[in-house]
Amino acid sequence: MINLRDKGAEFWERSNRPVRVLTVFAIMAVVAALPYAGNTFLQTPVAAFDAVLVYPMGMFILMALGLNVVVGKSGMLDLGYVAFFAVGAYTMAILGTRTGLNTWEIMPIGIAAAMFAGVLLAIPTLRLRGDYLAIVTLGFGEIVRVSALNSEAIGGALGIAGVPFPPGLGFEYQLLDQKYFFWTILVMILLVIWVIRRLTVRRPGRAWESIRQDEDAAELMGVSTYKYKIWAFVFGAAIGGGAGVFYASRSMVIAPDNFTLNTSILILACVVFGGMGNIWGVIVGAAILGYLPDRFRFLSDARLLLFGLVLVVFMNLRPEGILPRKKREKAIVKKGSGA
Amino acid sequence: MFDALIDQFWSLTFSGIALGFIYVLIAMGYTMVYGVLRMINFANSEIFMVGAFATVMVSKYVFELSNDAIPPSNVKLFLVILCCIVASMLASALLAFLVELVAYRHLRNRTTNRIAPLISAIGIGIVISEIVRILTGARTQFSPNIVPKKTLATFQGAEIRLDSTLTIVAGLILFIILDRFIKYSRLGKGIRAVSMDEDSAKLMGVNLNRVISLTFILGGLMTGAAGFFYVNVYENVKFNMGFSLGLAAFTAAVIGGIGNIRGAFFGGISLGLVEIYASAVIGTQWKPVTVFIILILILLFKPNGIFGEAVQRTRV
Repeated sequence: MINLRDKGAEFWERSNRPVRVLTVFAIMAVVAALPYAGNTFLQTPVAAFDAVLVYPMGMFILMALGLNVVVGKSGMLDLGYVAFFAVGAYTMAILGTRTGLNTWEIMPIGIAAAMFAGVLLAIPTLRLRGDYLAIVTLGFGEIVRVSALNSEAIGGALGIAGVPFPPGLGFEYQLLDQKYFFWTILVMILLVIWVIRRLTVRRPGRAWESIRQDEDAAELMGVSTYKYKIWAFVFGAAIGGGAGVFYASRSMVIAPDNFTLNTSILILACVVFGGMGNIWGVIVGAAILGYLPDRFRFLSDARLLLFGLVLVVFMNLRPEGILPRKKREKAIVKKGSGA
Repeated sequence: MFDALIDQFWSLTFSGIALGFIYVLIAMGYTMVYGVLRMINFANSEIFMVGAFATVMVSKYVFELSNDAIPPSNVKLFLVILCCIVASMLASALLAFLVELVAYRHLRNRTTNRIAPLISAIGIGIVISEIVRILTGARTQFSPNIVPKKTLATFQGAEIRLDSTLTIVAGLILFIILDRFIKYSRLGKGIRAVSMDEDSAKLMGVNLNRVISLTFILGGLMTGAAGFFYVNVYENVKFNMGFSLGLAAFTAAVIGGIGNIRGAFFGGISLGLVEIYASAVIGTQWKPVTVFIILILILLFKPNGIFGEAVQRTRV
C-alpha cells in the first residue's frame, strides 16, 4: 500500500528552507482562493459552494483536529464530542441574544465553558478505559442534548434564533457571500494546527503518545497519565467549544437537533478516515467527508447510503486511513489494550 | 411527584420487566460479540430493526392468508406467533452473519487498530437503516394485532396482559436456552474458550472463524426475537427505531458487566424497571438522562459493571 504520508514527509525532509516556504505559501494561496472556485467542477448543486466551505467542511476540519488530540494522539475513544460543540454554540446563542457582547468577546467565554464541561466529564470518567469510556462519553453527549431539548429557558426543541453575526473587522460578514467566514475559519484552523504542533513536540505530546501506546508502561515511567489525559480531553473540548461559538454565530439559529450523536460519529469518522493521529490526514479526511454529501446531493435519497458504503469499503481497504501516522509512532498495540 | 409511582407501582413493575426482557435479548447481541471480539457491535441496533420489520411483514402476510379461512383459536394464535418469531429470528441472524462477513472479518485479520472496525460497524449500520428507509419511504409501518391484548389476571390492581406475559415467559425461556447452550454444548464451549484466550483456543484446535460467525448468529437470533416482542407490544416500526433501543440495550449490557450474559440479564431487567419508574416520576422526556446518569454512577463505583470480572483490566 502506498504510504502518502511518508512520501510527503520525505519530500519535506529533502527540501531546503526556501522550497519549504514556497510550498507552504503555494498551498495556502490555493486554499485561500477556494471561495472563488465556485463555478468549476467543484460546485455543489444545492448549497452554495462558499457556504459548504464554511459548514460542513471548515467546521468539520476544526472539530476533527480537536477530536484527534483525544482519540488519535492520546488513544481515548470519545463518542460524545458534540457535547462540547453544543456547549460552545449555546453559550454564544444565549450571551449573543441577551447581552451586548459580540462574537469575539464571547469566544473566550464559550471556550472556557466547554473546557469546564470537559473537566466535569473527565474527572470521574477518565479512570475508565477503552469501550467503557466510549459509552460514557456517548451518554454525556446525549445528556447535553436532551437537557437542552427539555429546558424551555433556552428555547427547548425550537432552540435559539437571531444569534448575531460576528462584527466585521474592516469588512462585513454576509450571509450570501461567505468568503469572510471561510477566511476566518481558515485562520482558526491554522492557529489550532500551530498550537497542536507545538504541544506535540513538547512534554504533553510525548506524554499523550506514551499513554496511547501503553498506559501502564507510561505510568511506571513516571508519566502522570491521569493529569495528561484530562489535559488532552480539556484541550479537545476547548477546540470543540470554539468551533461551536463560531457555528452559532454564523448559522444564526441553533436547535438541539444540530447536536445529535450522528455529529459525534461523523467527526470521529473524519478522524479515522483521514488517518488517526496525523494532523494532515485528519484535515484531508474531514474535508472529504464534509464535501462529499453536499457534492452528491443529486443522489438525494441514496446519499447517506453511499456514505455508509464508503466508510465500510474504505475501512476495509485502508484501515489506517488515507494518511496514516508516521511509522515510528505506530505502536505495537496488543489486542485489547486500549484504543 | 411520587404519587404516580406509588399508585401504579405493580402495573409499572410489570411493564418494566417486560421492557427489560426486550433489552436483555438485544443486549445478548452486544455482549456476546463483545465477549468474543472485544468490539462494540454497533450494527446490532439495525439488526434488531430488521428483525422487527420481518415480524411486521410476516404477520401481515399470515393474516391476509388466513383471516377468513381459519377461525381464530388458540392453535392458530400459537402458529402465528411461531411463524413471526421464527421469521424475525432468522432474518436477524442471517443479517448478523452477513454483517460479520462483510464488515468485520477482513478487518479483524488485517489490523490491530480497534477504532477501524468501529467505524466499519457504524458504516454498515448506516447502510442497513438507509436501505430500509428508502424501501419504506421513511414511513412508519403498522403491524396487525398479533397477540390479543387481553387481561389474564389482576394483581394488586395491576392488569397482567397477555402480550407482556408472553414477552416475559418466552424471553426467559430463550435466555435459559442460550445460557445452557453456551455452558454445555461443544460450540458454546468454543465461544467461551475464544473469549478467554483467543490464541490458546486456536492452538487447541478451535475454528476461530466458525466460532465468531456462530457468536454473531446467536446474538442475531436473540436480537431478532426482541424485534418480535417489541412489535407485539408497540405494533409499529420505523427505520430509525433501532437507535434508542440499541443504546439502552447496550447500556444494560455495560451495567451488568459487558461480555457476561448473566450480567446482561440483570442489567436489562433493572434498566427496564428504572426507565419505567423514572418516566412515572419525572416524565418521559428525561428518561435518557436518567439512564445515562445511572450508567455513569455505576461505572464510577463498579468500573467493570456489576458482574464484570475483577481481572477485566487485563482484558479491556
